[in-house]
Amino acid sequence: MSQTLTERILGGSAGEYIDRRVDRAYVHDGTGVLTVEAFHSMGVQRGMNPEKISVLFDHICPANNGLTADLQRELRQYARSGGMIFSDCGGGICHQIMSEGCILPGEVVVGADSHSCTGGAFGAFATGVGATDMAAIWASGETWFRVPETIGIKLEGRLSGAAEAKDLALSVVSRLGMEGATYCALEYSGEGAGTLDMEDRLCICNMGVETGAKNAIFYADQICREYLGSYGHDIALQIQDDCSYLREITIDLDDIVPVIASPHRVDSGRPVADLAGTGVDQVLLGTCTNGRYNDLQRFAGIVRGKQVKIRTIVVPASRDVLLRATRDGILADLIAAGCTVVSPGCGPCLGMHNGVLGEGEVCLSTANRNFKNRMGVGGSIYLASPGTAAATALAGYISEPEVWE
Amino acid sequence: MITGHAVCLGPDIDTDLIIAGRYLRTKDRSVWGAHVFEDLDPSLAGRLSGAVIVAGRNFGCGSSREQAPVALREAGVVAVISPLFARIFFRNAINVGLPVLEADLTCRNGDQIAINLDCGTLSSAGTIHPFTPLSPRMREILSAGGLVQYWREKA
Ligand code: SF4
Repeated sequence: MSQTLTERILGGSAGEYIDRRVDRAYVHDGTGVLTVEAFHSMGVQRGMNPEKISVLFDHICPANNGLTADLQRELRQYARSGGMIFSDCGGGICHQIMSEGCILPGEVVVGADSHSCTGGAFGAFATGVGATDMAAIWASGETWFRVPETIGIKLEGRLSGAAEAKDLALSVVSRLGMEGATYCALEYSGEGAGTLDMEDRLCICNMGVETGAKNAIFYADQICREYLGSYGHDIALQIQDDCSYLREITIDLDDIVPVIASPHRVDSGRPVADLAGTGVDQVLLGTCTNGRYNDLQRFAGIVRGKQVKIRTIVVPASRDVLLRATRDGILADLIAAGCTVVSPGCGPCLGMHNGVLGEGEVCLSTANRNFKNRMGVGGSIYLASPGTAAATALAGYISEPEVWE
Repeated sequence: MITGHAVCLGPDIDTDLIIAGRYLRTKDRSVWGAHVFEDLDPSLAGRLSGAVIVAGRNFGCGSSREQAPVALREAGVVAVISPLFARIFFRNAINVGLPVLEADLTCRNGDQIAINLDCGTLSSAGTIHPFTPLSPRMREILSAGGLVQYWREKA
């Protein structure tokens, strides 16, 4: 019988427990500390090639206090002396750095962060694990998986009007619900998938875990090949087999409209129009969901030559994104419009620095999660696309992107 | 045999609610136990010693932070039961030696719960309930006390 892409990569059928070699493993400044600690406690030797391991600082970067700085100092030293790939503060968000040419189709990639599902955009099996699991992977170079059942998501048509990939991602999460795909793979296919660029696919796969999914995946096609080609890789295309899914849903991209999720549920998406006029204190453009070059470009396209009315924080997802936006003037446009640009990384997404919310404050964020108190105790988060974020920044209240275009 | 008193919780308890991000930057585990569920209900922490948490669906969704199951253990939780766990939390819990069982119970606070992982039985206030069996490897990891101890035994 034919297999889903996830079954093909893992080499097993849904429900089977398998041991699988890991091709790439990464941690960030938060989970890396615990991974090293667990690794030492295990009393083992590292079996995995250090060049397959990346330590990427992003969560609280640069450090916000002495305690964080000390933990980062130890981990930095460990990564450097161990010959691992290391990216210090300012390099960017781990998932973004991995997506800049470090993940190839068919690979098994694990990250010690729940949004490690992002890398499925390249036709890889990419998933999140905890710190202790990661320590065991450093020791053995492999881990066990239960091969997941797959939910097929067939995309038709093409995004139109003000709709963005984020609006599709939020629509999928709302349709499946926060636990709707628990333990499953989400496999995207269909002609509509071929209309999405790599940044779009990364945004969509990034939000896979919000449905409880183990991984989300697109087939590596010509678009993927060109993107990875720009990083010097020559990849083979993945062709879809006639496989059987646990269930299959079809989405017509032409039906997608700008969507917003309300506090504190990520699956509460509804048309932005329904909430237009709701007051907002802060806008956040960034995170591993929407801090990429095309997101900054989209945002700048709306605010250029105007002034934002509320505090607006822009966090480029990586140094590469920041550099591109600097070179072509996008950054200058954002700054001139009144935005505050902070160092590449997670920024205020996890409520540690660079834009923590106060009691009763409301943020419209382009992130992937709006759990209670995530960006600060007593704060509330709406989730939407960069276009909606730009329109909201200009209006000072929730606003549809169309109004400002 | 694992026994404890039931503490009932609702559905969709995410890992930010189990232990808030502001307490993560430390290696001192007791900090996590002290602040467990602080943003959900600060009175909960005091009731968790020897407790079996019986939660609604989708327990442990969200961030991959392993501090969440560690916080529960530190606070004295002996097992967690939910009809459906978020997968990273589930795996992390086993790895830190916290038994997690998929079962659908009606929960009353204070009910006595008894779990026998080897025989695969679970009883609550005297009534037997089925639960999804753990794989042999998960049981081995749990009986070692967690993945670190499991590896130490192998090393
Ligand atoms: S940007 Fe936010 S969601 Fe993404 S890895 Fe960082 S903290 Fe997590």
